[in-house]
Amino acid sequence: MRSVAFAVLVLLSIALGVALPARAAVEINVNRGVIQPLPIAIAPMTGADPRAQGIGGDVSRVIAADLERSGFFRPLSPDSFIQRDLNIDDTPRFGDWKTINAQALVNGRATIEPDGRLRVDFRLWDTFGEKQVLGLQFTSTGEDWRRIAHKIADAVYKAMTGEDGYFDTRIVFVAESGPRKSKVKRLAIMDQDGANPSYLTEGSYLVLSPRFSPNGHQITYMALRADSARVYILDLETNRQESLGAFQGMVFSPRFSPDGLRVAFSVDRNGNTDVYTMDLRSRAVTRVTTDAAIDTSPSFSPDGRQLVFNSDRGGSPQLYVMNLDGSGVHRISFGQGRYTTPVWGPKGDFIAFTRQQGGEFHIGVMKPDGSDERTLTTSYLDESPAWAPNGRVLIFSREAGHGSAPRLYTVDVSGQNLRPAPYNLPATDPTWSPLLK
Amino acid sequence: MSLITASNALTFAAAFGAVAALSACASHPKPPEPAAVASTPSYTPSPPPVDNRPPLREAAMAPTGPEPGSVQDFVISAGDRVYFDYDQYAVRPDGRTALDKQAAWLERYPQVGVRIEGNCDERGTREYNFALGARRADSIKAYLIDRGVSPGRITTISYGKERPLDEGGSEDAMAKNRNGHTALTSGAGS
Repeated sequence: MRSVAFAVLVLLSIALGVALPARAAVEINVNRGVIQPLPIAIAPMTGADPRAQGIGGDVSRVIAADLERSGFFRPLSPDSFIQRDLNIDDTPRFGDWKTINAQALVNGRATIEPDGRLRVDFRLWDTFGEKQVLGLQFTSTGEDWRRIAHKIADAVYKAMTGEDGYFDTRIVFVAESGPRKSKVKRLAIMDQDGANPSYLTEGSYLVLSPRFSPNGHQITYMALRADSARVYILDLETNRQESLGAFQGMVFSPRFSPDGLRVAFSVDRNGNTDVYTMDLRSRAVTRVTTDAAIDTSPSFSPDGRQLVFNSDRGGSPQLYVMNLDGSGVHRISFGQGRYTTPVWGPKGDFIAFTRQQGGEFHIGVMKPDGSDERTLTTSYLDESPAWAPNGRVLIFSREAGHGSAPRLYTVDVSGQNLRPAPYNLPATDPTWSPLLK
Repeated sequence: MSLITASNALTFAAAFGAVAALSACASHPKPPEPAAVASTPSYTPSPPPVDNRPPLREAAMAPTGPEPGSVQDFVISAGDRVYFDYDQYAVRPDGRTALDKQAAWLERYPQVGVRIEGNCDERGTREYNFALGARRADSIKAYLIDRGVSPGRITTISYGKERPLDEGGSEDAMAKNRNGHTALTSGAGS
């Protein structure tokens, strides 16, 4: 019998088109429905006392919700479980789980240690292969039980798909309120699953395009006031923020380099927008483009040696790649429509972008050389794609029609599993943290 | 729940019993809040309240008819907006007529300083629209300078698509939202 992990890997490969090399380069919602989510049983964690048992049940529900949202798993209802006397120290009765077609099983035990810390032991089983896939233990302060759940979900996801997880992460975005003409925009942060949302700025000025630093400790963003546009770096641990410095002209579209030592951004001077970089230690500024056209939205390659950016030097906004010193500029977008907001994926395999064509906006991906372009989404206004740290999931903002409040959505890089993000208030410009340490 | 949860020690053991410390960041004491960033420790799951935020642009209203040299006088006698075609920043013929009036008015009131604000419709992505709005503002500035207004009296900014004039979704509304607004920032009577 084929192992569960192998089965999921095959499905992922099909979704990515790896197993189907003959397919067309540009497709809308490729292979929708091909991925059959894997039936998985996530048993409520046991506990030695009612409090531990309560936390254990909560942990299991968060794991199940994480895995379900990924689109690759279908957690089975605990009501269907036959074996009710699971014990972390014993091998489960595989037949009971095969009967309900649970191809994998997660069980475990929550323990509150004498010092108040929470310990969760868990095992992941391949029920048809009748063997343990994982056995791990996490310990944290009691109030961090959600993070333990996310770490378990990440471990299960990685064991079953071969890809890194993305559940123990946070999302920063712009929370919008007020009428369209005079919106209030505040930076906000939440866990990836929508838990623990809170505001980072109070709303007296507009905030736009926040982006995480590679270590997840800082946010760079644009602040727009009546007479100025500046870029700031906000430290999430100290709550301190500092300006990137005074420039003659507007400063916007900031983004960190993969080593966190630089920020790329654009500066408008006399109506001409160019790409610049700043060394954050020396504060030395380098102008990268000198073209008379609009050059904006720079995004670093994962090796930090190239930038993809948006320029209308060819007559309409398109995507270009260049070396960090501005040499080797070449256009990579050649499809129909206007291409903007390029974001290099963390694995380096894809660049996500917004494409505008025929009155609609799309989120799409293409390889860095412009090949294998795929359209993932379509609506009245989709924009601002941001990658999950595993390079597998994109979050973006959508206005379903004119006047609809913008909402955050997520979609798999295959174009499948499009769904609203777990935040149901007006929001734009999301950015996804790396995996938390 | 603090706004930014300091990384609590979260240990990770590969296989039962074996202990490998994944990370153990120390807890960070919460620093005093800088004035610029108001932290909101708790979260209310309702739409954020509208702040009593000063509007981005202010147009003081005179109690009676427009006083010569006032903002209202400028808006009525010269007009404070010119409009652009989609994804364009060249001043159109109707815009030249309007800017000629603005230049003439500004010549009469040489103490007045202006801020040209470039605006875009919503049918574009955010960052590109900032750049496009900056071009529009600069086109207007260049035209006014060409008509004799001193460069030192003019500043420019782009609001991108962040401040639409018309909230509607029709082509007419979009056309209104593609504009350059001339705001009087100093020296004008109220």
